[in-house]
Amino acid sequence: MDRIWMCAAALAVAVPPAWAQDAEVEKLREEVRRLQERVQAMDKPRATGENAFNPAVSLILQGTAARSSQDPSDYQITGFAPSGGEVGPPPRSFSLGESELVISANIDPYFSGRMTLALTPENEAEVEEAYFQTLMLGGGFTLKGGRFLSGIGYQNETHQHAWDFQDAPLAYSAFLGGRYNDDGVQLRWLAPTDLFLEFGAEVGRGRAFPSAEQSKNGVGAWSLFGHVGGDIGASTAWRAGLSYLYVEPENRAFEDADSLGNPVTQSFSGKSKLWIADFVLKWAPEGNATVTNFKLQGEYFRRDESGTLSYDDSAQSAPQFGAPFDGAYSSRQSGWYLQAVYQFMPTWRAGLRFDQLDHGTVSNGIVTGGAGPAAADFPLLGTAHDPSRTSAMVDWSPSEFSRIRLQVAEDDSRAGVTDRQVLVQYIYSLGAHGAHKF
Amino acid sequence: MKILFGLLLCLACAPAWAALEVFACTPEWAALARELGGDKTSVYAATTALQDPHRIEARPSLIARARRADLVVCTGADLEVGWLPQVLLQSGNARIQRGQPGYFEAAAAARLIEVPAFADRAMGDVHAAGNPHLHLDPRNVASVAKALAQRMALADAHNASYYLERELAFQARWRQATARWEREAAPLKGVPVVVHHKDLSYLIAWLGMREAGTLEPKPGLPPSTAHLASLLAQLQKAPAKIIVRSAYSDPRPAQWLAQQAKMPAVLLPYTVGGTERANDLFGLYEDSIQRLLEGTR
Repeated sequence: MDRIWMCAAALAVAVPPAWAQDAEVEKLREEVRRLQERVQAMDKPRATGENAFNPAVSLILQGTAARSSQDPSDYQITGFAPSGGEVGPPPRSFSLGESELVISANIDPYFSGRMTLALTPENEAEVEEAYFQTLMLGGGFTLKGGRFLSGIGYQNETHQHAWDFQDAPLAYSAFLGGRYNDDGVQLRWLAPTDLFLEFGAEVGRGRAFPSAEQSKNGVGAWSLFGHVGGDIGASTAWRAGLSYLYVEPENRAFEDADSLGNPVTQSFSGKSKLWIADFVLKWAPEGNATVTNFKLQGEYFRRDESGTLSYDDSAQSAPQFGAPFDGAYSSRQSGWYLQAVYQFMPTWRAGLRFDQLDHGTVSNGIVTGGAGPAAADFPLLGTAHDPSRTSAMVDWSPSEFSRIRLQVAEDDSRAGVTDRQVLVQYIYSLGAHGAHKF
Repeated sequence: MKILFGLLLCLACAPAWAALEVFACTPEWAALARELGGDKTSVYAATTALQDPHRIEARPSLIARARRADLVVCTGADLEVGWLPQVLLQSGNARIQRGQPGYFEAAAAARLIEVPAFADRAMGDVHAAGNPHLHLDPRNVASVAKALAQRMALADAHNASYYLERELAFQARWRQATARWEREAAPLKGVPVVVHHKDLSYLIAWLGMREAGTLEPKPGLPPSTAHLASLLAQLQKAPAKIIVRSAYSDPRPAQWLAQQAKMPAVLLPYTVGGTERANDLFGLYEDSIQRLLEGTR
């Protein structure tokens, strides 16, 4: 470094006398300036040794301040089997959201790895994603393994901090417990065409809803999906997809209350098939999203379940029936949402979302058998309620790394009551920039 | 059967005549790849001059194009950090992954300025490696051209000499043009300019102009009323000659300040395709200098 300083000094001294051409002086000055810049750059502390290979780390901070006319702790989506996921509105008053810690890097020339750790406000650490992904398979193939957000649907692969609303669409809450991230393997193939055409398949253990934790050798869940997408002119980009998820839950249990209000355990064993059709369209003038842009997104879910439903209140001290009942159970239920988000000026966006679930047809063999529990003993599953919700939001993002959102919703998830929600949410991202999916 | 056989034969012989597929992240590198690659390459530009290079999304169409690319030519220095990693990951294309010959970053061959002594997001969207808008210094274009030609020769060994010869011819033309531009732009020396974003720093430094302020309060943050007002007060004390902005930036802040401070607002193409005359790298520089000269006259 000293040598460079000396060079710089020498050059500075060597500036020729006044009769030399101005251009030459200018040139030397430029040279000195450049050397000074180089020295400055060298003074910069650099990561050395092993630290130079530290992975990219980013941290997401989230929180809400919320009001709701109904108590969030008794939230349910009436008519649909509870997913066990955290699907309700955030607690009233001030509340920390999930903090996400994301660590990612290339492992070697062949693999990259990534982990997303969700630190819940209940002081638990939850591994949301931890997977490896191939880089060098080639031929359009990519293999992923570990725990990852499944490629089914559109929003499923989007991390919560990148959602356009604070909460998941009702269809995601009802059919996937908010999002689906199984432990397993995913293979994707991208066609060598100008049109984006991608196919994927996943196999997994089926550790979570709509499956249930089980001890079984082999594959507990599998899914297939296809995506197609492209541009319409310079301003519009789109993607559409069709996905199928098949699971065989065994004793997928949840709590309900019978007609007398006593707690009862119900569980489902059988087959669950879920179809998802999704599309997203993004528009920005000339493809420049800086000032204004628009995003339209919608998904349709249909689930068929068939198998056995068990009803057991025998654990109660004064049970109504006192013995477990089994009966054939089948259902065909569906739901959809449509949302639009418009950035009307730099840093400001407004959005509207409409959610609708269709209770569909549910046939409950225990009730039709007539030997025990009646329809009124299944307030959750048996109530023919079509939940719906309308949400609106405005958010302000002073930079790419911060966002503050105001969201209001009128939520008819519960039968017979309307929950009016207002919340303010903050989302901050620290550290590595990170690249988002489309 | 015969047709099928013919098709198979075509597929088998494809590499012999297929052009080198170049996926360029930005229009300037697409233009450079065209200069060097001639008819032996097929160049796809992922973005246009009207798109803010910091705010590109990993669109399905980009992933589909990257799938077939033999060579990805990008700026580096984290300019494409928001979208390129996703495109590469999802492309399923082994040739263009980081560290492979098919992955080229211009920043590695260029001289970067405005390298921060330390990086803190409180300074705005600064890039730890330095200012990434490096193509607006013709000396950088020359050194990137050299490195890129060598890389193209490596990626497509059949046509290696073709690329290297074209590079020599390009360098000769570029040297001449650079000398001419430096002569033409002599009156711009020392001229104070206000810029929208620090995306014109290389041009300003090369031409010896002086940056008198930025419309953005910090790099990457949209101009705020408060900042524009303080900039206006500053300009009233120490006036600048012109306000310049790139083709992709929001015109309103520059127009507002131009009106208030009674200075001309000048639009620069920023990259190839930003204005009608900036239809290649030569046109980009010619039109930029022309517009600056007209604005300061």
